[in-house]
Amino acid sequence: MSRQTSRLDAKKVNSELFTLTYGALVTQLIKDVDNVDDVNKQLERMGYNIGVRLIEDFLARSGSGKCYDFRDTSEKIQLATRMYLGVSPTISNWSPSGDEFSLVMDNNPITDFVELPDSHMGLKYSNMLLGVIRGSCEMVQLEVSCWFVQDQLKGDNTTEIRVKLLRKLEDSVPAGED
Amino acid sequence: MADPVFFELLHAQIVKYVEERQTKDTDLSSLDTIGFTCGYKIIERLTRDWPKFKDELEIVKFICTDFWMAVYGKQIDNLRTNNQGLYVLQDNMFRCLNKIAIGKEHLQVAPLYYTFTCGLVRGSLANLGVHCVVNAEVQNMPSVKFHIQVNRL
Repeated sequence: MSRQTSRLDAKKVNSELFTLTYGALVTQLIKDVDNVDDVNKQLERMGYNIGVRLIEDFLARSGSGKCYDFRDTSEKIQLATRMYLGVSPTISNWSPSGDEFSLVMDNNPITDFVELPDSHMGLKYSNMLLGVIRGSCEMVQLEVSCWFVQDQLKGDNTTEIRVKLLRKLEDSVPAGED
Repeated sequence: MADPVFFELLHAQIVKYVEERQTKDTDLSSLDTIGFTCGYKIIERLTRDWPKFKDELEIVKFICTDFWMAVYGKQIDNLRTNNQGLYVLQDNMFRCLNKIAIGKEHLQVAPLYYTFTCGLVRGSLANLGVHCVVNAEVQNMPSVKFHIQVNRL
């Protein structure tokens, strides 16, 4: 095999491969499952399973310690988005109590090359991202709720995800131990 | 730019989804279709500025070197052909399998993990004008042999 350096940028290829695979997955889901709401739920569930495992990779690579408060968490989510999706989102619109913020992306890479047809306007195409955030936060004892405020696929200017801290999860003590 | 880990996790979830849905033991066609669609589309983006391929062998070599390096971080370890349309590509450390087992354990789950790649290769070749059937076999994890049989009319 020839050993010359490849002219293909591996990171860019991986990014596009991810986008295309995600698109093919959504298409397959829509074919298998008639109901758009069920597709949304399925995407969120898959995202959750990914998030639960992705957090370990993130913690290992970023060397992050425990978060001091939710603002710290928001910065880590921002860093992770940069690491895994290759885009730099901004954090904004903090609620007065500091338990809710917005993650704003000018460009959502998984929706590159995607157009939503009118018949599927109820589809939350990027729902997997919400599941990833929920799954990874749960592994670090934070129960969060996420939803889309703005979605570029539906004609908005940016893609905005709202993340709300519901509660801190306590480690449950197994029965028989005090 | 996205990280390979994210793609691996997505691939694992897709495999899990297809596995849960399959009614017959060997129905992995949706995995193959997803791979095919991806391969067909991505090869256009990858080879946009590439010089024209001389012949079928050049195309297969491209898959073994640049394509595999970009997608799986390494080149194909061994390429064999009978010069009559049959190519065997051997990857001794297939990324989708190397975290599952080494040796002869868990061979029965290997098809779940290489089917997407079979589709990916088939789709890429199809959009380059090479119509073929792609299968794979695993005798020792994580080494996979992809068999490409080109349809010669």
